[in-house]
Amino acid sequence: MSHQLSQRWVAFNTLLTREVRRFIRIWPQTLLPPAITMTLYFIIFGNLIGSRIGEMGGFSYMEYIAPGIIMMSVINNAYANVASSFYSAKFQSHIEELLVAPIPNSLILAGYVAGGTARGLCVGLIVTIVSLFFTSIEIQHLLITLSMVVLSAVMFALGGFINAIYARSFDEISIIPTFILTPMTYLGGVFYSISLLPEFWQNVSLLNPILYMVNAFRFGMLGVSDIAVEIAFAIILVCIVALTSFALYLLNKGTGIRN
Amino acid sequence: MAVKALYINNLTKTYGNGFKALKDISLAVDQGDFFALLGPNGAGKSTTIGIITSLVTKSSGQVSVFGTDLDSAPEIAKSHIGLVPQEFNFNGFEQVKHILITQAGYYGMPAKVAEPRADELLLQLGLWEKRHTPARALSGGMKRRLMIARALVHNPQLLILDEPTAGVDIELRRSMWTFLQEINEQGTTIILTTHYLEEAENLCRNIAIIDKGKIIENTDMKSLLNRLDKETFVLYLSDALKPNFELEDISYIQVDDTTLEVEINRDEGLNHLFSLLNQQNINVVSMKNKANRLEELFLSLVEKSEATL
Repeated sequence: MSHQLSQRWVAFNTLLTREVRRFIRIWPQTLLPPAITMTLYFIIFGNLIGSRIGEMGGFSYMEYIAPGIIMMSVINNAYANVASSFYSAKFQSHIEELLVAPIPNSLILAGYVAGGTARGLCVGLIVTIVSLFFTSIEIQHLLITLSMVVLSAVMFALGGFINAIYARSFDEISIIPTFILTPMTYLGGVFYSISLLPEFWQNVSLLNPILYMVNAFRFGMLGVSDIAVEIAFAIILVCIVALTSFALYLLNKGTGIRN
Repeated sequence: MAVKALYINNLTKTYGNGFKALKDISLAVDQGDFFALLGPNGAGKSTTIGIITSLVTKSSGQVSVFGTDLDSAPEIAKSHIGLVPQEFNFNGFEQVKHILITQAGYYGMPAKVAEPRADELLLQLGLWEKRHTPARALSGGMKRRLMIARALVHNPQLLILDEPTAGVDIELRRSMWTFLQEINEQGTTIILTTHYLEEAENLCRNIAIIDKGKIIENTDMKSLLNRLDKETFVLYLSDALKPNFELEDISYIQVDDTTLEVEINRDEGLNHLFSLLNQQNINVVSMKNKANRLEELFLSLVEKSEATL
């Protein structure tokens, strides 16, 4: 049994290493663009517009949006990494290298999700460093901050995996980020507190899971949040369990990967 | 009785569009065998290999590899198999050596064990100079060799090659044959599908022919070839044939003035033909089999099978 466990560990590690090597090899496509985009967010929203907005939640606008911008980059990159890597593996047929190997489906999923999480966290760290050029960051609750960023990356890496399983063209891995993920992120309290919204839209916002991630992360960093942090953790954990179960069901069924 | 390297029982596969690719096939391959799985295009060879290697989901039936059932212990069964697929299926952006070490890692081989094994295969297959090259930059022949190296990196007991020499020049094909014969002699069981029947005849000891999803022949190569009752030889003559030339009791075609195609019954041999030619002072410069022997048999078996289906 221990031999099998050590073999599985080597296989997982190999898959994770391959994924990390992939996004590092193509860093101008994976690591550089979020650094540039988020720098622009800080300059335009934080510096130029933010100076006219004044305080939000007791913090300068720049300080207030920094956690949301970091979380946004983590979510987008965790999702995009798995979606593009797994779809490319299908497209180039090298997914077959994994399918013929003695690797259980759960380990294939774990390897890809760990790769996506690694890229999300790597980009999150880069954006955090960028943000230090614009504002100071003092983390109020380190454990909440770290656990929320990791869980959010895992959740969206799972989403990217499911997207890639169903995708039949490169267009189909950009539809969901463009038309669903980005609007949900912008409406998820990255740039504002939902307390500024009319009651109806506050209630609608509560249906958006990204709102919980952004606010719980903001609570970890600044100590303020529009929602209860416990609820945020509960929602994310339920989503992770549901997405994991669904992804494994699809893998076991062979959807999109086996004839 | 020794455990079979591969045992397939009542295997069926019906695709989503209703096409029945495999109709209840059963097959057994002995350990250490060099086994040919032949059949025309669309016969079910690749589907069979796909099921054995977990790339295709079977509809029903049983597959076991070295005594391990593929359904009940997939990880153990799969660890015995190395696959060289028909189409290139590696990440073209990865370096050659990375591809091998990564594949070994999927089989649980740590990098420090995989690295010397990868180096050994790169040297054996003439890829050492290209070890740091992205796979997409290799020539077609090198890509084929890379796929063989990748399939062998975890030391599989059963190597499955799905048309490994398709599109490969004759020199490389011969060197691949030698390499495959060597690893077979070292104990690796090999299953080969190929369209080059000469390849199967030269390399394989046992053979199964599949057509329209059914096994229509499964025997050893020697007994199969013994069934061939006639062979056609092409004779090249030193001088032009005279107008009144004739070969009594022998079926032949005069291709041109200096070339004859002669059909000989296996039990008669060639002595009678040569004595007739000698009597007429006809010198034979050289001769060859018109078609590969297995090719003739293969075509006749497939024709018979189509007539009965």
